Amino acid sequence: MTHSIEIKELKLSFGAVTVLEDLNLQVGQGEFLVLLGSSGCGKSTLLNCIAGLLDITDGEIHIQGRNVTWEEPSQRGIGMVFQSYALYPQMTVEGNLTFGLKNARVPKDEIAKRIARAAEVLQIEPLLKRKPGALSGGQRQRVAIGRALVRDVDVFLFDEPLSNLDAKLRADLRVEIKRLHQTLKNTMIYVTHDQVEAMTLADRIAIMKGGQIMQLAPPSEIYNRPVNKYVAGFIGSPAMNFMEGQLDSTAQRFDTGRGLDFSVQGYEFASAPTSGPVWLGLRPEHIQSGRWAEGQPVQLEALVDMVEPMGSDTQVWAKVNGQDLRFRMDGQEAVAIGDRMPIGFDPARLSLFDKTTEKRL
Amino acid sequence: MSATEITTATRNASAVAPRGAKPKNPFAPRNIMLYGTLIIFSIYYLLPLYVMLVTSLKGMAEIRVGNVFSPPVEITFQPWVKAWSEACTGINCDGLSRGFWNSVRILIPSLILSVSVAALTGYVLACWRFKGSEIFFGILLLGAFIPYQVLLYPLVIILRELGLFGSLWGLVLVHTVFAMPINVLLFRNYFVALPEELFKAARVDGAGFWGIFFRIVVPMSLPIFVVSGIIQVTGIWNDFLFGVVYTRPENYPMTVQLNNIVNSVQGVKEYNVNMAATLLTGLVPLVVYFFSGRLFVRGIAAGAVKG
Repeated sequence: MTHSIEIKELKLSFGAVTVLEDLNLQVGQGEFLVLLGSSGCGKSTLLNCIAGLLDITDGEIHIQGRNVTWEEPSQRGIGMVFQSYALYPQMTVEGNLTFGLKNARVPKDEIAKRIARAAEVLQIEPLLKRKPGALSGGQRQRVAIGRALVRDVDVFLFDEPLSNLDAKLRADLRVEIKRLHQTLKNTMIYVTHDQVEAMTLADRIAIMKGGQIMQLAPPSEIYNRPVNKYVAGFIGSPAMNFMEGQLDSTAQRFDTGRGLDFSVQGYEFASAPTSGPVWLGLRPEHIQSGRWAEGQPVQLEALVDMVEPMGSDTQVWAKVNGQDLRFRMDGQEAVAIGDRMPIGFDPARLSLFDKTTEKRL
Repeated sequence: MSATEITTATRNASAVAPRGAKPKNPFAPRNIMLYGTLIIFSIYYLLPLYVMLVTSLKGMAEIRVGNVFSPPVEITFQPWVKAWSEACTGINCDGLSRGFWNSVRILIPSLILSVSVAALTGYVLACWRFKGSEIFFGILLLGAFIPYQVLLYPLVIILRELGLFGSLWGLVLVHTVFAMPINVLLFRNYFVALPEELFKAARVDGAGFWGIFFRIVVPMSLPIFVVSGIIQVTGIWNDFLFGVVYTRPENYPMTVQLNNIVNSVQGVKEYNVNMAATLLTGLVPLVVYFFSGRLFVRGIAAGAVKG
């Protein structure tokens, strides 16, 4: 049994609308997989299919080597945490935690043991007798995680669990979830639209769009070698700069055709180098400016258009030979609108995409 | 300018300068309109009640004097006793008490049956959608717009075929059926507004159709149960038409009996007894409103806004 979860040729349609089609996915034992995408991309739908909350149209779902395609959610060996916490408001925290166990007719002493363990792991012992209404958002989500925990299952499903929390709590709970995963070593599938959560938590990220998985890879590969223009633009904040242009016949020089051209020597092509119309992607944080631009293989001059100081660093919107370019510089460096400054970058850090297929070259 | 003058000047200035809570004018036109309307409507509704109450406590001699608004000089509870246990309808002379107990025997099963069936139907329509459930709901709502008179005779035939015509259970069935459109609408709209993720969580926790209904949905829906209950109690208690059509005289509800007492043509019109009988008949809905009015308003608001 190598895979914790295996999805084969999954299809889901509502009447004439097909939401997921021919989707295949394997999740390893103890892996933390993040499903990432903008709203409406089908990531929550996929999670609901895995949980058994939606009846699928075609395909198979295996969890821990068992075909659970026709099983009820409660029999699939999963625990689930929802965005709105979905705690039962009329029950105490303890009642919330025990509800599923009582339904499954787990013996009393076993229930007590599991509650004690979950309460300890999540530090919710003092809350056990309280109703959800008397808890703060962070505490509620902790209880919701506890409800999944006491089920003693192999697979945890998270449906945007942190989206309802404020920024500070979100960061705190994110760390806690990561710690939880390191302690429990369960398989976890985590749906989010927040790329920071995805990058920090995931062993692998699946980027979804239009019901399809665009790229399934570890965070660093998604960041450094996005397979297509959509993934490249989706990951990274501020977003990647894109330039339209041509690769010359040797596939060594890039030319926008509007007065900007430079060498892309050093770029690692995914397959054989090809020439022709391309999209060139360049992350703002990979552009060096001022004195750090010296020694970079490609050097250009930028005219500062707009400045967004963020404290730790400063985002600069600039024009380079008529081409808009955004880059990041040290927050301590002085910069003003109208300044001219040298910038430089390493073509090894670039991403090149075919103009028509938008696939990585 | 001396020091005293300065302090006075400052004090005067601070008295004029806007600061703190804005002063309120109790006689603003808005308040006069609002409270004036409320007072007028209160009088409009409370005056008949007052007249009934006063008259029911007077003896016939005092009533003949003709001043309906004057309070009773000599308070007597005789009319109430007579209305409850001695007034005659036809050959029976045991007062309204018989009708009261008939109404109770009609009310309790009708109430339980109609509210539980409506809650369950609403639950299915809101949380366990099936193919055509929206059409089904539409048809059900259509029932609310069909005048009762149209259905009276067909229902007589149906009850006859079922062998329920004239029995108490026949009437219970009629009340339950007629309660469906409005009460299912109430329950469905309330349940639709409950967060969907709760159902998902409950399903992951292994609760089934009944488990979710009784352990999750019902405990969260007290206000709407109260609303539906009040609508049903008053509706069934005040019903006259179904009671007179679908039951036999020995099962007549209180309203029918009240009519028979008040409209009897022999002898002297005993206004005090009639008033007492009417008050007795209206007592149940009145008490229900008094004790659950707040919950009623809350439930109506919750059910109405979300849908």
